[in-house]
Amino acid sequence: MGHEAPMLKVFGIWFNLSNVMMLIVAAVIVFLIAFISTRNLKLKPTGMQNFMEWVMDFVKGLIKSNMDWKDGGRFHVLGITLIMFIFVSNMLGLPFSIIVYGELWWKSPTADPTVTMTLAAMVIILSHYYGIKLKGLGEYGAGYLKPMPFLFPLKIIEEFANTLTLGLRLYGNIYAGEILLGLLAGLGGAGVVGFATAIVPMMAWQGFSIFIGAIQAFIFVMLTMVYLSHKVADDH
Amino acid sequence: MFFDHLVLGASGEFLNVGDIIATLAVFIILMLLLKKFAWGPLMGIMQQREELIASEIVTAENSRQESQKMLEEQRSLLKEARTQAQEIVENAKKQGEVSRQDIISTARAEAGRMKDAAVQEIANEREKAISAVREEVVALSLLAASRVLEKEISEEDNRQLINETIAKAGEVQ
Repeated sequence: MGHEAPMLKVFGIWFNLSNVMMLIVAAVIVFLIAFISTRNLKLKPTGMQNFMEWVMDFVKGLIKSNMDWKDGGRFHVLGITLIMFIFVSNMLGLPFSIIVYGELWWKSPTADPTVTMTLAAMVIILSHYYGIKLKGLGEYGAGYLKPMPFLFPLKIIEEFANTLTLGLRLYGNIYAGEILLGLLAGLGGAGVVGFATAIVPMMAWQGFSIFIGAIQAFIFVMLTMVYLSHKVADDH
Repeated sequence: MFFDHLVLGASGEFLNVGDIIATLAVFIILMLLLKKFAWGPLMGIMQQREELIASEIVTAENSRQESQKMLEEQRSLLKEARTQAQEIVENAKKQGEVSRQDIISTARAEAGRMKDAAVQEIANEREKAISAVREEVVALSLLAASRVLEKEISEEDNRQLINETIAKAGEVQ
């Protein structure tokens, strides 16, 4: 799919305007969902408040399955925001994509490796930051020599591998989904026969992509908590 | 470049640092905004609910204990009242028995007294009647004797004589 990206150079820094726009769109949608559903909160929850509380409890469960709540409580907000943001981002590219003059404007922001790698790197850097902050530099450093000192090179590689897999897994899944959707959409637009051929696989693939999008959001947050707990928690 | 080699057909000529900055900025701003406007209040209300439930449980436990205590109290009070009532009834019965005996004996004594008085009265009356009759007899006999004898003996001697006679007659009786 050889679409160009709408690039813009500001102060010598390159921006992919479609990424910037879609990130902002995703953020606005997440914010509106969360903001509207948490207006007029009640002790006895109704409607959207129930849903948001379910999301909170879900992320809380993810954190609790990896570490103590007294360590993990601080990552609650990060986890909820991540899961909502990534899920909404994954969904954005599903209904359509918009291409203007050969430049791809509307897509999932997570279908871009720069975005997903940024999120992944952010998570890994956070894990190191909290590892040093909560356990102290000495114990943090000693963590690289456990369980066996000779595994030290592998431990170093692991950190980079974690970052790469975390980011690229998300990117690959979403990007692949969009590629296939694009191909099917092209087939569907090719004529009556093409439309008849494409409509069923199109629907199937969209449904599957919704599933993939949800699963990838879940996996991303799950792994975030796993990596954080590796650095923060005492056991493991 | 760099990651753009992973994108099919992308023009991999520059590292779009701008995207990295935009991603971080958008995500962090979103997180801060949500923390302030959505997650914070939501966590607050969930915390509040947790506390409410905990306090409700404590309250329920307390009131349960209290009602248990009051029930015990009521039960013992009832028992006490029952024994007291029993006692009162018992006392009243005893009292009744005593006063019954009292009344009966009083009545009995009264009756005896009245009977004695009546007997006394009767005896008096009889005595009176006898002496009256006796006197009448004396007078009559005196009159008769004086009529028979005409005189010879003084009235005084006659009387004495007749009285003796009558007394003798009374003894014989």
